[in-house]
Amino acid sequence: MANILDIRRRIRSVRNTRQITKAMKMISAARLRRAQERALSARPYAQMLTNVLKSLVSRAEIFDPETGAPRHPLLAQRPEKNILVIVVTADRGLAGAFNANILKAAARFLAVNSGKNTDLEAVGRKGRDFLRRRFPTATTERVERAGAVRIVGEHIGVLGKLQFEYVRDFSESVIDRYTKGEIDSVYVLYNEFKSVIAQRLVVEKVLPIEEIGEKTIAQAEELTKEEREKRAEAAASAGVSLGEADTTEMDRRAAAFATAQVDYIYEQPPAELFRDLLPKYVAVQIYRSMMESTAAEHAARMTAMDSATSNADEMIDKLTLAMNRARQAKITKEIIEIVSGAAAQ
Amino acid sequence: MAEVLQLEIVTPERLVEKDTIEQIQIPGKNGYLGILPGHAPLITELGVGEITYTADGMAYYVAVAWGFAEVLPDKVTILAETAERAENIDVERARKAKERAEERLRSASGEVNYQRALVALDRANVRLQVAEKKR
Repeated sequence: MANILDIRRRIRSVRNTRQITKAMKMISAARLRRAQERALSARPYAQMLTNVLKSLVSRAEIFDPETGAPRHPLLAQRPEKNILVIVVTADRGLAGAFNANILKAAARFLAVNSGKNTDLEAVGRKGRDFLRRRFPTATTERVERAGAVRIVGEHIGVLGKLQFEYVRDFSESVIDRYTKGEIDSVYVLYNEFKSVIAQRLVVEKVLPIEEIGEKTIAQAEELTKEEREKRAEAAASAGVSLGEADTTEMDRRAAAFATAQVDYIYEQPPAELFRDLLPKYVAVQIYRSMMESTAAEHAARMTAMDSATSNADEMIDKLTLAMNRARQAKITKEIIEIVSGAAAQ
Repeated sequence: MAEVLQLEIVTPERLVEKDTIEQIQIPGKNGYLGILPGHAPLITELGVGEITYTADGMAYYVAVAWGFAEVLPDKVTILAETAERAENIDVERARKAKERAEERLRSASGEVNYQRALVALDRANVRLQVAEKKR
């Protein structure tokens, strides 16, 4: 029979852990709310940009009227020989299977595309650490590399306070490599976030742009039913709403942007506008994917910490029971000793 | 004819400004544009520069770096990559950014880097200029 004092000590330690996981859950819930808000306030801009581009497509003769080939390099499809994959993970762990799932999906995607030269951009410390162990970091000279995978860049500690300027510079460098022909297409692997329970792990193709305003998904994975239920439970106990963010009045006005039925005067030729706007569109796509990933990360951590807290509850119950049994056994033993001692006299 | 304009300035991060205004000047890519209520519908790209508008007879200044504007007779919507009101500009940061850009200009190798440094310098300069106008 276990020592009562030992069990008591364990109960105290589990209680302390439970307090920490509970606090972490509440922190994640607060961060999740903030991340959701930020994702929401980024929507109007993205929507407006998409609208303008769409309306320009018809005016600027983006596609050659005879051959149907796009005139803009960011729209042109090339045979995929060299691809770039931007893997968005988190900077921190303790978020359940969040990072592991992303990296598993990355491994799957790389396996499917094993015949192509693949460059990786790692966003988030966790992904960087994992990918670094598996793949060599890029060297400056271009080596013979049929089907080789290498890491060309890393972005650590940017997700917490994501600045659009940072993403813009990053996406400019990506576009630069793309237009130079160093890479033939660009994918972003991230956790899509619509609400706490509606999430997908997706590989989205951002370059070349296939259709403006539509996501091109190369690989997707939904949450399991069990996982969704866990999330719903965690969200309910942390006071986070489950629904998708509401369409605000701002969104409605954003949807109307540049679509008025009037003849606009274009200060610059539409083709020129289109050319300047397209890179911004790519930047916004990448920005959005990072923001959604951040929201998803907090949701995953909240769920993980909720499970940890209820596991601790369970453990405390079990230990308390064991302790009571041990105490009872001890008392019984003492009574027997006294009784048999009295009988012996 | 409308007497006032609705102004909205939107960045990728948030809605910066929403106001009812009497007139506005925006830094078009090919030069500044002055807009009064009742302007013909117009779409223009913005350069790096300064937005000036008056609301209730008071002048306001906003620094923008690259953007895009839709003008309707009663409404102006501006999409800007960055937009900061004069009183919110971090002068210290802008000054540092300017120094960094100047440094890069001196040591820049290659056309692309040079171009980028030039743009960065431009942005920092406008920020400083606008910051001086805060009341």
